[in-house]
Amino acid sequence: MGGSDWVYTETVKDHFMNPRNILMDEAEFNADGSGTVGSMACGDEMLVAIKVENDIITDCKWKTYGCASAIASTSILSVFVKGMTLAEGYKITPADITDQLGGLPNHKFHCSVLGDRALRTAIDDYLEKQDRTNPFKGNTAVIICECKEVTDQDIEDQVKRGVSTYEELQEKTEIGTVCGKCKDKTLELIHEYNHLYGGSHG
Amino acid sequence: MNEQTIYLDNNATTPLHPEVIKELTNSFKNFGNPSSMHFFGRESTSRVEWARQQVALLINAREDEILFTGGGSESNNMVLKQFLPVSATRERNKVITSVIEHPSVLETVRELEKEGMEAVFIGVDSKGRVNIDKLEKAVDNKTALVSIMLANNEIGTIEDIKKISKIVHASGALMHTDAVQALGKIKVDVIDLGVDFLSFSGHKFYGPKGVGGLFIKHGLKISSLIHGGHQENGRRAGTINGPGIAGVGKAAEMANLELEEESLRLDKLRNKLEIGLMDSISNIYINGDIDSRLPGTLNLSFPGAEGESILLYLDIAGVAVSTGSACATGSLEPSHVLIATGVDIENAHGSIRFSFGKFNVEKDVDYVLSILPGIIEKIRMMSTFSSK
Repeated sequence: MGGSDWVYTETVKDHFMNPRNILMDEAEFNADGSGTVGSMACGDEMLVAIKVENDIITDCKWKTYGCASAIASTSILSVFVKGMTLAEGYKITPADITDQLGGLPNHKFHCSVLGDRALRTAIDDYLEKQDRTNPFKGNTAVIICECKEVTDQDIEDQVKRGVSTYEELQEKTEIGTVCGKCKDKTLELIHEYNHLYGGSHG
Repeated sequence: MNEQTIYLDNNATTPLHPEVIKELTNSFKNFGNPSSMHFFGRESTSRVEWARQQVALLINAREDEILFTGGGSESNNMVLKQFLPVSATRERNKVITSVIEHPSVLETVRELEKEGMEAVFIGVDSKGRVNIDKLEKAVDNKTALVSIMLANNEIGTIEDIKKISKIVHASGALMHTDAVQALGKIKVDVIDLGVDFLSFSGHKFYGPKGVGGLFIKHGLKISSLIHGGHQENGRRAGTINGPGIAGVGKAAEMANLELEEESLRLDKLRNKLEIGLMDSISNIYINGDIDSRLPGTLNLSFPGAEGESILLYLDIAGVAVSTGSACATGSLEPSHVLIATGVDIENAHGSIRFSFGKFNVEKDVDYVLSILPGIIEKIRMMSTFSSK
């Protein structure tokens, strides 16, 4: 059928059709760290397993239950994460993955790009197994609005700059303008930061 | 590019019947406004009235009981919205429907509920059959209308409308059925079904899109959703879509001729695919009622394989199907029909609907049987399911 009419880019199609680095044999791969996020009931579930040497991710394999964008996003992550330091890997965002794929349809963005989270879980698992303190945890921004990828730090920054209402924040960041399910959490954070930074609605 | 292109999504829409294409080509030349009295108008009118006769024949109705609309959704809206505005002095302010209806019924009933009507949504069993005991308990002397579909679009289950109509009429309420998926696939007889209203749509039985209709039992009044001119006896304003209606008339005429043989043929094709897949792929489930199902509809769940992925691998291989997975629609919820039948949410995400039509042949089934087992194996291999 006409490939050009696909809702996905050629890169997505390629990684969907020819997925790289599938975890075929868990025992043989003998991961240094692994993590699973999502659930089959939600429609997407990902397992990311990594090998680590001198804090560098030397190999990455995965399994994904999900749609084409979920499969392609884990596949491409497993390719570009190799050679990264743990610190670099920990900072990967859904947008980084999407950019590598040449973009995804809007409605696919928040539900199918779980690879970054799976990778962080795998790094956490690695550090825990090594009995090392986790220098990354807590320092990372947490995504509040998955659709527009707005983090708690973004909200904090905006409040510091004078934003004090949900509507103002929406104007600045487009937070909650797609599915809107983050609204309650966002209101809580605005309240909290207003309180901290003396916003007028604090 | 793939050499093979096999269309197995006929419940979504059907290609035009070659005779319909001929009819449309001719009818588009009759540009006259059917409301005009002159020769040009009369020529268009005669074809519209011929079409009305064909549709009436197909469902065993009178010609004056057929109203043409812009499609199934409009017909469903029209029936349900007859009960607006809600009036406190009216005795009957309750509407009953099922949880597996088409969105054009479900969403409209929710609107009626917002406007103050009492709405009852009756559940279904694991095969998608409406719980008639519960329906019987819900129908009372406050009930204005019951709307239950004749055949479900996703799983193909055929409801016992004849029995439901009797229950509904015993309480003095009116009975509507959405027969959009049934027309042209199974025998539909409004007298036998005992319904007061019946919705249909042209493009589900090889007619054009944007034209459908409503059967309104003789003697029942219905007010127009669209105000304006006096077309369709004042029941639907707007210039009559002469060519489109003629196309639906031709589709109805062809259905009258071909239905019996065609439904047997579709049944055979569907059964061949069903048996073939059950034999070649482990761990799959049939959704719907195998004892009372539309011929040509097969809905399967493939645990461990997500529906959109299956759909797209089939698409690349040249086979068009649809899925109940949330991922394919942009919503976050999988098929409301499958969930209502109690299918696990995972199995709803992994569901595929194959729907056959008049242009499908046996070698289409052979082709699907030759590629689908490999596709499912590949998807399951890369799935977290395989490590469970």
